[in-house]
Amino acid sequence: MIETDILIIGAGPCGLFTVFEAGLLKLHCHLVDALPQAGGQLTEIYPKKPIYDIPGFPEVLAGDLVQHLMKQAEPFKPGFSLGERAEKFEQTEDGKFVLTTSRGTQLKAPVVAIAGGLGSFEPRKPPIANLSDFEDMGIEYIVRDPNFYKGKRIVVSGGGDSALDWSIFLANGIAEKVTLIHRSKSFRGHPDSVQKALDMAASGKINLLTDAEVIGVSGDSALRSIKVQHLPEGESDIETDHWLPLFGLSPKLGPLADWGLNIDKNSIEVNTFDYSTNVPGIYAIGDINTYPGKLKLILCGFHEATMMVQSAFKRIYPDKNYVLKYTTVNGVNGF
Amino acid sequence: MENIINITVVDREGIEHQLEAPTDMNMNMMELCKSYELPVDGTCGGMAMCASCHMYVLSDHHLLARNDDEEAMLDQAFFVKPNSRLGCQLHLNNAMDGLKVKLAEVGG
Repeated sequence: MIETDILIIGAGPCGLFTVFEAGLLKLHCHLVDALPQAGGQLTEIYPKKPIYDIPGFPEVLAGDLVQHLMKQAEPFKPGFSLGERAEKFEQTEDGKFVLTTSRGTQLKAPVVAIAGGLGSFEPRKPPIANLSDFEDMGIEYIVRDPNFYKGKRIVVSGGGDSALDWSIFLANGIAEKVTLIHRSKSFRGHPDSVQKALDMAASGKINLLTDAEVIGVSGDSALRSIKVQHLPEGESDIETDHWLPLFGLSPKLGPLADWGLNIDKNSIEVNTFDYSTNVPGIYAIGDINTYPGKLKLILCGFHEATMMVQSAFKRIYPDKNYVLKYTTVNGVNGF
Repeated sequence: MENIINITVVDREGIEHQLEAPTDMNMNMMELCKSYELPVDGTCGGMAMCASCHMYVLSDHHLLARNDDEEAMLDQAFFVKPNSRLGCQLHLNNAMDGLKVKLAEVGG
């Protein structure tokens, strides 16, 4: 079990800045994030987009801002559990919280700061009614181990880089047969990948179906076939061992919604005095919280993180006196 | 009124909402729907990166064609039709007076 002072759920800009502000108060942080890298939506959705409303930065790329925040947090040696979704949540008798992640990692802290942004990023699932019947029984949204598909018949859906790259990779001597299905004729992936996939389709290594969409799945205990709709009309069934719908990621509130917190329209209600939730010891900061006048801006999240750690300090050390210190006077003294 | 147009939004239950939309506030259809508290998330903030503002254009207005970002996102969205648009890419202007759209189902 990993123990820390503040357990931060979400390693986006707000979570990362919390590490710095907590560090100034000698509080240690550990961050958990469902994504495999820090930065949240800045890294996952728009790393190359410029941001213009970070005070002191007339213009900064989202990815660069994350790098700066990581560097700023570094002296305080934060722990990271990346690629792990915050799953189960318990309160212990000594008033602390124990969080279990999707990989079974257990983390313990007296204070939890939810900086979950839009929620955790999860694969975008096609709207097919009985899809869940075959999840992990032939339908996979992520390729964990390519060798799992050795000698198998595979159908891949999607038009982006991951659909193209996995089709190319699996069709090169791993899978027995690869069918790539895409809704339109044009692909949005990297031009090299697009060309390679088209070449492999021409030479018969990839069975390419464009202007087509998977609209149904069937099987018994495992997936056996998929139903494809061809545009503008016509349907066909394809027998397959696996279907990989690769349509990117979208954020979902996920298990957080069941932790007994007051939730309004997918956001956690907080008290603006210290951004505390209805559960003492749990705070919510950044895009995931809501209060009258809330603005979903990174700079507001930074403010919320700063206020929140002051309250967290008082909760962790009720008998210690503390006065605000300026970094200009004291510098930044890491752990 | 000057720089105010009328727009009809049909929600996912089929209920029509008449919205007054300012054309001088640099707003788009996603933001307009949010300002009327219609069920449009606008998760990515308007960067054509989430498709949570996916809508169908029902009236025969000639709108600016989809740009590459919008096409790329609609490629990954569900329930896409020929009249599909991302609300965040439809910037309000006076020529859009009388526009009628329907909110698309939220997929996955």
